[in-house]
Amino acid sequence: MNKLLKKLIPDARTGVVAIPYVWLLLFFLMPFLIVFQISFAESEISIPPYSAIVEYVDEVLTFNLNLGNFLLLLEDDLYFVAYLSSVKIALISTFICLLISYPMAYAIARAEPRTRNILLMLVVLPSWTSFLIRIYAWIGLLKNNGLINNMLIGAGIIDEPIHLLHTDFAVYLGIVYAYLPFMVLPIYSNLIKLDGSLLEASADLGAKPWKTFFTVTLPLSKAGIIAGSMLVFIPVVGEFVIPELLGSPSTLMIGKVLWQEFFNNRDWPVAAAVAMVMLGLLLIPIVLFNRYQLKEMETQ
Amino acid sequence: MSKRFDFSNLILWLGLLFLYIPMLILIIYSFNESRLVTVWGGFSTKWYFELLKDEQMLSAIWMSLRIAFMSATMAVVLGTLAAFVMVRFGRFRGHTLFGGMLTAPLVMPEVITGLSLLLLFVSMGQMIGWPAERGMTTVWIAHTTFCTAYVAIVVNARLREMDLSIEEAAMDLGATPVKVFFQIMVPIIAPALLSGWLLAFTLSLDDLVIASFVAGPGSTTLPMVVFSSVRLGVSPKINALATLIILSVSFFVFLAWWFSRRAEKKALREMREMME
Repeated sequence: MNKLLKKLIPDARTGVVAIPYVWLLLFFLMPFLIVFQISFAESEISIPPYSAIVEYVDEVLTFNLNLGNFLLLLEDDLYFVAYLSSVKIALISTFICLLISYPMAYAIARAEPRTRNILLMLVVLPSWTSFLIRIYAWIGLLKNNGLINNMLIGAGIIDEPIHLLHTDFAVYLGIVYAYLPFMVLPIYSNLIKLDGSLLEASADLGAKPWKTFFTVTLPLSKAGIIAGSMLVFIPVVGEFVIPELLGSPSTLMIGKVLWQEFFNNRDWPVAAAVAMVMLGLLLIPIVLFNRYQLKEMETQ
Repeated sequence: MSKRFDFSNLILWLGLLFLYIPMLILIIYSFNESRLVTVWGGFSTKWYFELLKDEQMLSAIWMSLRIAFMSATMAVVLGTLAAFVMVRFGRFRGHTLFGGMLTAPLVMPEVITGLSLLLLFVSMGQMIGWPAERGMTTVWIAHTTFCTAYVAIVVNARLREMDLSIEEAAMDLGATPVKVFFQIMVPIIAPALLSGWLLAFTLSLDDLVIASFVAGPGSTTLPMVVFSSVRLGVSPKINALATLIILSVSFFVFLAWWFSRRAEKKALREMREMME
């Protein structure tokens, strides 16, 4: 009897795993299956605004798989161009973030422990304050009658305001500004683990500092670079707020397209198809990131 | 070596200036008398009073604070359990999937998360009648889900630093796992729980995209109000609000940082005393 009971009632261990597991299954994984399903529906004027995939009428079970949404993505150039330009913008801004973040992380890792803590907090703090507000701050700076233009005109460098806001430049600036801390942190946590004796050995063997950097430090911090790059690249591909507020109407990014399909055109199935293709595009980077993060979380 | 002025230090300082100057200017201009946000018209705090009169804004702030409080609390519970599972349980069935679901929300584009959760809620509403309509609960679920991942990272880092022998000693002395967890683990990881909670709180408070998808008509959050106002252009009232947000977040982050540093120092000192 006792044994049977023990078998039927899950042990505490299972219970501890089950609570977060079930939550994530239900609210993280399940939604994707539903998006996948609805990407094969047809847009309808009803509540909810899409057709049923599975219908059971008069003892006949029918599956209505509509491939139209995916065909639309193939046929209409808009989507292809939007995917392409999102990836391009994400790649370039990730690279710029890397160029700025690496020296920053390097400098923090080499600072004295006391200053190191303060510097780290200074880098992280902006990402704790509102993302939206920080993007908004740039509108006031970049406007035609904004602070930057006013200062340049006041200094006599230019006569007419330069068009800065609502340009691709502003989008890159906003992305680098908002995502910089996410690149600095993983690189820092990688550099700080670097064994100092390796650098000494390299120097003792006669390598110049720059050679030590390129042959020892840089290769050893590869994991941090990859993690940081993924932390920037993946969300930026789907970024909506920055292109919407800082970009021009012609700045095409797929996150903006998805938003417009959903909120302006009210075409849920096409929005679902756009999301599915984006997810497919990002699958490899996401898996890459997962691997790094899990390794980080499991090493003791 | 760190005293030497070199390339990486230069970039570090330029980078920090780049991060802080826009926020600093925002704060300065929130005290601007003039309605024209870019022209200085003298010192004034009138926009803060204007802000206090804005009913829509105030109710959105109240809504956001409540959602953030509940999401952060739930995320700390789920995230701590998840972090605990990742560090102490080794491999179990479905381990890889669990790890994937725990880390993917960190990078998942918000438009995808938002859309997928909305479609889930709509389908669930159709099938089981719950949630009947979208509102605070749906935003709470959505925020809890993505905040859990962040809390898990923070708590996980602390758990990994922890000395296993303390737990083992307690178990050897006959403490039950539940007792070990609440009497030994929780006090040790308390700073991490606090910073995880704070992180989740600010993330929830800040989220625009996901909330826009899953919120109902009666659950407009602060970022949604700010966004619709910002779309129309710069307004001094938003500057005032931004200043309040930046200053209060900085204050709490600084406080949390200071406390955790003090706790660390104290632990170090105690350790040294024990050694002597």
